[in-house]
This record gives sequence, structure tokens and C-alpha cells, in this order.
Amino acid sequence: MTSTSSARPGNEAIVVDDVSKVFRISTTPVTSLKERLLGMGRNHYEEFPALHDVSFTIEQGETVGILGHNGSGKSTLLKCIAGILTPSTGEVLVRGRLASLLELGAGFHPDLTGRENVFINAAFLGMPRKEIAARFDDIVDFAGLEQFIDEPVKHYSSGMYVRLGFAVAVNLDPDVLLVDEVLAVGDEVFQLKCMSRIKQFQDEGRTIVLVTHAAETVHQVCNRAIVLDHGNMVIDDEPGKAIRVFREYLHGHPQATIDSDALVESPLTIGDVQVHHDHEASRRHVHVGESVWVDIEVTTTCRIDDAILDLEVTDNEGRILYHVDTDSLDERIATLDGAGSIRVDIGRIGLLDGEFPINLKLIQRSTGRVLDWKERATAFEVLNTTRANGTVAFDVSVRS
Amino acid sequence: MAQRRSILGHVREIFQFRELLGSLTRKELTVRYKHSTLGFVWSMIQPLFLLVVYTAVFAILGAGFPRFAIWVLCGLLVWTFAATSMLTATVSITANASLVGKVKFPRAILPLANVGGALTHFLLQSIAFAGVLLVSRHTVDWTYMWLLPIALLVAVLVVSGLALLLAPLNVMARDTMHLLELLVMGWFWMTPILYQYERAVPFLERHGIPGEALLLNPFTSVVITFQRAIYGKSEVEGIALLPPDGPLWYLGVLAFTGAVALVILAVALKVFDRADANLAEAL
Repeated sequence: MTSTSSARPGNEAIVVDDVSKVFRISTTPVTSLKERLLGMGRNHYEEFPALHDVSFTIEQGETVGILGHNGSGKSTLLKCIAGILTPSTGEVLVRGRLASLLELGAGFHPDLTGRENVFINAAFLGMPRKEIAARFDDIVDFAGLEQFIDEPVKHYSSGMYVRLGFAVAVNLDPDVLLVDEVLAVGDEVFQLKCMSRIKQFQDEGRTIVLVTHAAETVHQVCNRAIVLDHGNMVIDDEPGKAIRVFREYLHGHPQATIDSDALVESPLTIGDVQVHHDHEASRRHVHVGESVWVDIEVTTTCRIDDAILDLEVTDNEGRILYHVDTDSLDERIATLDGAGSIRVDIGRIGLLDGEFPINLKLIQRSTGRVLDWKERATAFEVLNTTRANGTVAFDVSVRS
Repeated sequence: MAQRRSILGHVREIFQFRELLGSLTRKELTVRYKHSTLGFVWSMIQPLFLLVVYTAVFAILGAGFPRFAIWVLCGLLVWTFAATSMLTATVSITANASLVGKVKFPRAILPLANVGGALTHFLLQSIAFAGVLLVSRHTVDWTYMWLLPIALLVAVLVVSGLALLLAPLNVMARDTMHLLELLVMGWFWMTPILYQYERAVPFLERHGIPGEALLLNPFTSVVITFQRAIYGKSEVEGIALLPPDGPLWYLGVLAFTGAVALVILAVALKVFDRADANLAEAL
């Protein structure tokens, strides 16, 4: 329920008080009247608890990330805050105008033009027509769809669709913004635009709740994070700690109970990470076929002789191009004790063009514990000096 | 438990979203005529065509009294409004399932927008019908004409109440839609549209049912008011068509239906509110 009581003290924007949500899943699908009448009195349902006694308060101006795996209840929680679902027990209080980006462009009618859809979409979100008209140009401008705004949206690409939906929602002037994974769509330029708009929202003191399973996004924008697992709130803390819980414990042990104080101190931390190549004195970029290596500085508080290094090379959109760990390679990492470093030779670069971030993770074999990790720890840039286009460099020649 | 809104609170919430109601009503019409050249003119052509058809059919069959086609249209247009509203509103929530699960807004807007769409359609048809009356130099009974807005309001109230009951019912059992299609057909014949009220009364009385039972059908009072005002006579060539009473009698039956409509509406809002909490997951 959305209510605007001013009697409450403090600056709470969202109060989630002991919220539980139990879904009733019918074991036999009952959809027809006959079955419904015949099945009356009998229990056809199985109860599925999606949220269990979740309580937290979000102050005005906070940006809070909700982390969790699929099925952890994070979307259910967001829908409860948005007022789409009603909690089975407990209460949700939201102060101020709320805009939820649960699905961009929800309710767009394919036959109507972008212009018509903007008005309808904004009306669904509770915005008066006058206000929409006043912001219409901003919306279209933000979406970058000036030329297409009078075309039926069925002719839009999926990217255009999403851009228009996002543009409407962020121009609503909400006090509380709920975002569900939607930032992962759209091209790079638009994503940057979204991010900068979210930053602007933060500066303006608006409250943002971000649901995601991308820990990196939480790290970038949130000042607090909540981790959900199987409907239970596992931790509600600053992002670093929360992400660590999310990573270290939930990855390996899905049902582990977590003592958040015991885990905070990891015996190992990854320090500076640098990428190098032979010609770095003269230029920043690597050319195709040149070798690259990574130097990782590591500090440990005790002897660790069974560390495994896990390495990912991704493209700028986060797609994993290469993933390996030292165990699979039959390589061993020398015993770490105190300050040390690890060098990883990546070898010749068979990529054509772009920036390629590297994700690193150090795992202890005996406990399975992730000791530390760094997403986008470093990156190398490749400059395409060949005449080919694309991503991967092949050694193509022709004989005839 | 979740908070329950009072009926008044619910009405206030719907009122806050009146612009959405307007937008959706417009959308209904825009979408309907999006790709046609004549657009909403089609709405207006329909009654004209019906007029021709009924005139022709009853010229052959022999309906028994003059200007029968005009008589039929008096009741048929407002009935079409009611039937279209109910049938489209029933599927309004199930058809917008993705929206209901993703966006927060008073869900009652969805069935009500269908009522709004059908109402606009009705008004367009009425304009065409008025044109026909003017051209054919038909004289309406002005002493009853002021009742028409009231009759229409009563019809809107009845239909809104039923729409709000039917839409969530269809979420719980999709059979509602099919059952309603049958019911609407039967309901049409139970309403004095193609036959005259004064003919049904003696028929009922012969079977030991008081004639007033006809007025329990909320659409009877609306339809006979339209007929009395627009057709303009309560009897023609010695054939009794409608109750011979003055406008105040008609106002009385409308008031009765209106009171029933308000009760239905209050119950519907209460039921809708209860269902609302579970709509998103029931879909």
C-alpha cells in the first residue's frame, strides 16, 4: 500500500515491516468453473513461501541494492514495495511518489504511436496529462526518438521500445524509484545515459531501490545492500560486506546460514592489479598478436598454500570471452604468506578491437571459500591494426 | 493482513486516476479504428444500417405498428452499450495480465475504461440516430426527453457495477466469459426491446407473475424511458406500447433502478477491492 502519512518521525522513504509473502500454487491447475465448483472445500494448493519476515527501513536519499539469485524473492519484495503484490503478513509503507521500472514499456500498445503510448504509459504511472505534455519533449529527447515518435511502436526495435519506456519513467519526477534489472538492456550509450540519470537522482536526494544479481552495479551505485536468499534477508549492510556475503557464501553453499561478523575478515586481499605488454612505454594499446600479462599484488594475513586463481576476460558488455582457473590448467599458485604477487601470462592477443576487462577471483581449495575477487580488476585495450572487422582475430590467408 | 480501502477511498483512488481512464477510453477507440479510413464513422454507420435492416425485415414480417425500426433502435442502442460494456470489461483484466503484474494502478480502471469506450461508441451512434430522426421528421416527446440523461446515468451505474464484478470473476474462472455470452443473449430477450412493455405485462400476469416483475431487470426502466421519450408515444393505433403514466412515473422507476445500481456498485467495489490484492498472482 502506498500511503503518505506525515505523522511518522524521521525521514523514512520506505518501511518494510515484517513482510512475508506466501504464494499459493495450485497443485492441479484449476481454471474452469466446473473444476472450481467440484473442487470446493478440498485443498488443491501448495504453499510456497517467497518472503519470510523481511524488515528494513530505507531513509530518504538512500540508494539500496537488493541482491539475490533467481528465486531468492527479490522481485517479489520489489513488487510488494511497488504495491503490485499485497504481503501475506506485515506492512509496507512508501512515502512520496513512486515510480517502478519493473518492465520498461509495459502496457505499450503496438498499434499506437510512440506519442500516444507515452501519454498512456505515463497515465498508468499516475502522471497528470498536463505534466506529461510539459515534459514530452524531454522524454522524447532522452529516448532519442524524435524522428520515430509518430510511428506505431510495433515498428520500433526492442532497444527503442525500452528507451522510450525508461525515458517515461525517469521523467516522472518520482520520490522513490524502483528498478528491476532493467538497466541491463539497451546499447552502451543508452546504459551510460541511464546510469548518469540515476546518479543525478541520487544527487537530488531521491530514494532508489535497485534489484539485481549483478554485484558490480551495486558496488557502483548503491550505498547499502540487502541480500536475500530463499526469501530470507541474509544481510543488510554496506555494499562491500553485502556483496561479499552474496559472493562468498551463497555461491558455494546456497542454504548456508551466515554469521556476518565471522566472514568479514578474509585472510587474503587482492591489491593492485596491472596489465602489461611489451610496447607499453610507447603506446597504451595492444596490437593483435602481441603478448599481455597481468601482475596481481596479494596480501595475506596467514599462510595460504592452496589458492586457486580464477580468471575471466570479458568484453565491455560483460560477456565472458574466456574463463579459466589455475586448477583446470594444472597450474599451482605458490604458497602465499604476507605480501606477494602473482603474474598471469595471457599470451598473444587474438582480439581485434575494443577494451577487454579482466575479472579475478582467488579461492581457497580446502574450504571452497572465495578469498577475494575483483570485477574489472584491470583491462587491456586492443587497437585493430589489421584490415579485418569483428571481434576475434584469425590468421586468414587465401590459396588458389 | 493487508489494509482494506473503504468504498469511498476506492472511489477517490479511481478519481485520482481519471486521466488514465480517459486515456484508456481514447485508446480503445483509437485502436479500434486505427487502420480504417472512415474511422469512427463506422460507429455511426452501424445504427443507420440496422435501421434499414429492421425496416426491411419488419416490412416483410409485419411488425404490427408504424415506425417499428425507430422503436427498436430506441432500446437497441442503449442495450448494445450495456452488452458491449459487460462483455469487454469481463476480459479486461485477463487481457491485460502483463500490465497488472508489472504496474501499480487501480485495477478497477481497466473494466471501467471498457465501459467508457462503449459509452463513447453509444454517443456517436446516438448522434447518427438523432440525424435520422431529424431527416425523417420524427417527433420526440419533449416532456420526457429530460429523463434521458438520467436514464443513461442509471445505465452507466448498473453497467459499471456489473463490470467490476465480472472482471475479477473472470480471473478466477475463465468460464465467466463464455457463461456471460449466453446470459447476455437471454437478457436481451428478457428486456422489452423488440417487443413492447405493455405486451409483456399481460403475458406475465396470465402466468400469475405481477407485471412489475419486468422492472426488476435493471435495463427495463432504462429502455422504456428511451422508448417513451424518443418514440414519443405510449400507444399507437390502439396498440398499447408503454405504461401511459407521466414523466414522474418513469423517473420513479429509474430512481428505483438507480438505487439498486448503487447497491450493486458498492458491493462490486467491495468485492473488487478484496480480489484486487490477489489479482497480480491469480493471473
